[in-house]
Amino acid sequence: MAAHNNYGAFHGDAEDEVDSHSPRGQQSDPELPQAQELQKPRLLLMGLRRSGKSSIERVVFHKMSPNETLFVESTSKLRKESIVLSMDLEIWDFPGHLDVDDPSFDGEEVFGGSTALVFVIDAQDDYLEALQRLYTTVTRAHKVNPEISFEVLIHKVDGLSDDHKIETQRDIHQRISDELADAQLDNIHLSFYLTSIYDHSIYEAISKVIQKLIKQLATFENLMNILCSNSGVEKAFLFDIMSKVYIATDSSPVDMQSYELCSDMIDVIFDVSSIYGPDTQDATLSPSSNPNPGNGQGHAVIKLNNGMVLYLREVNRFLSLVCLLREDNFEKQGLIDYNFRCFQEAILDVFRLRKHGPGALKDKYSHSYG
Amino acid sequence: MKKKVLLMGKSGSGKTSMRSIIFANYIARDTRRLGATIDVEHSNVRFLGNLVLNLWDCGGQEVFMENYIAAQRDHIFRNVEVLIYVFDVESREYERDMHYFQSCIDAILQNSKDARIFCLIHKMDLVQEEQRDLVFQERETDIKRRSAPLGITAFGTSIWDETLYKAWSSIVYSLIPNVRHLEAHLDSFCSICEADEVVLFERTTFLVISHSTHKEHADIHRFEKVSNIIKQFKLSCSKSQAQFQCMEVRADDFAVFIDVLTPNTYVMVVMSDPTIQSAATLINIAAARSHFHRIEQGQIAR
Ligand SMILES: Nc1nc2c(ncn2[C@@H]2O[C@H](COP(=O)(O)OP(=O)(O)OP(=O)(O)O)[C@@H](O)[C@H]2O)c(=O)[nH]1
Ligand SMILES: Nc1nc2c(ncn2[C@@H]2O[C@H](COP(=O)(O)OP(=O)(O)OP(=O)(O)O)[C@@H](O)[C@H]2O)c(=O)[nH]1
Ligand SMILES: [Mg+2]
Ligand SMILES: [Mg+2]
Repeated sequence: MAAHNNYGAFHGDAEDEVDSHSPRGQQSDPELPQAQELQKPRLLLMGLRRSGKSSIERVVFHKMSPNETLFVESTSKLRKESIVLSMDLEIWDFPGHLDVDDPSFDGEEVFGGSTALVFVIDAQDDYLEALQRLYTTVTRAHKVNPEISFEVLIHKVDGLSDDHKIETQRDIHQRISDELADAQLDNIHLSFYLTSIYDHSIYEAISKVIQKLIKQLATFENLMNILCSNSGVEKAFLFDIMSKVYIATDSSPVDMQSYELCSDMIDVIFDVSSIYGPDTQDATLSPSSNPNPGNGQGHAVIKLNNGMVLYLREVNRFLSLVCLLREDNFEKQGLIDYNFRCFQEAILDVFRLRKHGPGALKDKYSHSYG
Repeated sequence: MKKKVLLMGKSGSGKTSMRSIIFANYIARDTRRLGATIDVEHSNVRFLGNLVLNLWDCGGQEVFMENYIAAQRDHIFRNVEVLIYVFDVESREYERDMHYFQSCIDAILQNSKDARIFCLIHKMDLVQEEQRDLVFQERETDIKRRSAPLGITAFGTSIWDETLYKAWSSIVYSLIPNVRHLEAHLDSFCSICEADEVVLFERTTFLVISHSTHKEHADIHRFEKVSNIIKQFKLSCSKSQAQFQCMEVRADDFAVFIDVLTPNTYVMVVMSDPTIQSAATLINIAAARSHFHRIEQGQIAR
């Protein structure tokens, strides 16, 4: 798959990466005191050396092509990244030699707030030491913040047969559960994922991890259900375009094939757009100069020979909706587009609410009347 | 029309990998499972309907190489239209690779002196990005020197990116009969559509056959990028038992259409005039179908 780092054309450029030490303008806006107090949701990437933490971060959030991760250097100190996704998110990529029991390690700061601890285990390697580390990390984090979610990535499974994958997951699950039970900590819940940067599994896993950090998830799901049932859509995903993480889907079950198709459509459309969209032809523009914020008008259609249609619509410059529907239902494209615009408006309202606090919507409407 | 294409180079350089990706719908990762090729594997690939590529994938282990150069010399090197010689850029036996390459060049000179020769400096992904140009130029110069008096065309390639499509598009382009004729028709189609450019792809490989560009574009690698992108997508469609049929992307200031043109080709039409409706472009494509079908069948004279 092509490695690409500039998707600007279709949806406008986003600030791809912001040094976490320089607060962004938005946060220091004096008129929005509430925004300052909100801690951004945070993903902590932890695990032994060479387990694949930095590779995951590069592949999912920076579009690095998986085989290029061979050149990624071992992380020597904590790297914090503010990823401006559709939702503000921080990713903390820890060095493998991190010791959570070291006195200089500030557990309160790291584990506090709305946080997911993503623990990466190299499944191609002997994992006993990793499990030991997982145990100490989990117990420490839980003590500081009982609300933290624990996500265990059994990673690099591309080297494993299907049977071996299942056996590994069972074994890891068993061992860590036993250990937690022995310490009477069996109230701690861990989620497990089989992942590899060489296929969709890593995106699927990170999507689920991030969804747990989204407080409005139920609202999104609900809006998507309404859209689907009113428009004859069989399945819909709301994707963050930069990362291909989906932040919500309707409540019908996710079948991997539809998910992969929708996710691959994002690649196709944005790769093509990054070639033919006018901005990208001017290579001197840095991604952060943001010349053309997406206006939510872009769309794309892919037809398949089995009577299915993939329909993509831009929601804003970060988000796109991808729908899978039957071609006969797509004949009523006008209706779908109308429903989409209602959906888009509702989604954008949710975001305004979150960014600017509950007052924002009131402001919006009082402006238009007064 | 059958054309003999030799695929040679040392064992492990990636010959079977690239053939499987271009012609047999492998994804790059799957090639890790390929075993070494024993002797020569023949395959006939139908391309554009009546052109048949008769591929000779020649296993590169030394015993086989010695055999090609000596005992089987005439059999292997006779009637060759194209020789594709693959070098592993990371190979540690540089001089030995060159020795075999020069032996093959000698054999070609004797048996098929009009053959076109393409040298692929392969596995470029293993070279740090900043050094790729430099490494490529060095190798190209050396290979050219060693191939004299025959001329060669060199490409830096990797199965992990679009460079493979660039090389193979050029290779097949050199084999297509009447390609200029096709180009002329594509050019008028581009004018009729008022398009920025139109590009013709072979249907199964998605290699670029021909294009007409009316508005300059800065990215010279764009066609092979599109080949790669769509080919990947076609593969993911087939995983869900479906086939890619057509697509349209539209934003404020551009629209791109990719659709079936003839039974053997897809066309891509790139528009930047926002006042032209999608429907108009789709009608133009539909109208062009039978015309291009007849060109392909040779029913429209030059
Ligand atoms: N086969 C396979 N290799 C992977 C995968 N993910 C990462 N790797 C490889 O694992 C190696 C180590 O990756 P890193 O991302 O540097 O690991 P890390 O956990 O950040 O290591 P430290 O920074 O030293 O803690 C690299 O060579 C990656 O290419 C995967 O899903 N499958
Ligand atoms: N890194 C990298 N590896 C490649 C590339 N192309 C092929 N390979 C790998 O090289 C190995 C050998 O590839 P083959 O295609 O079997 O080599 P071959 O030239 O057919 O070898 P013989 O049949 O013995 O002559 C496989 O493991 C491929 O995955 C490439 O562009 N980059
Ligand atoms: Mg690291
Ligand atoms: Mg082989």
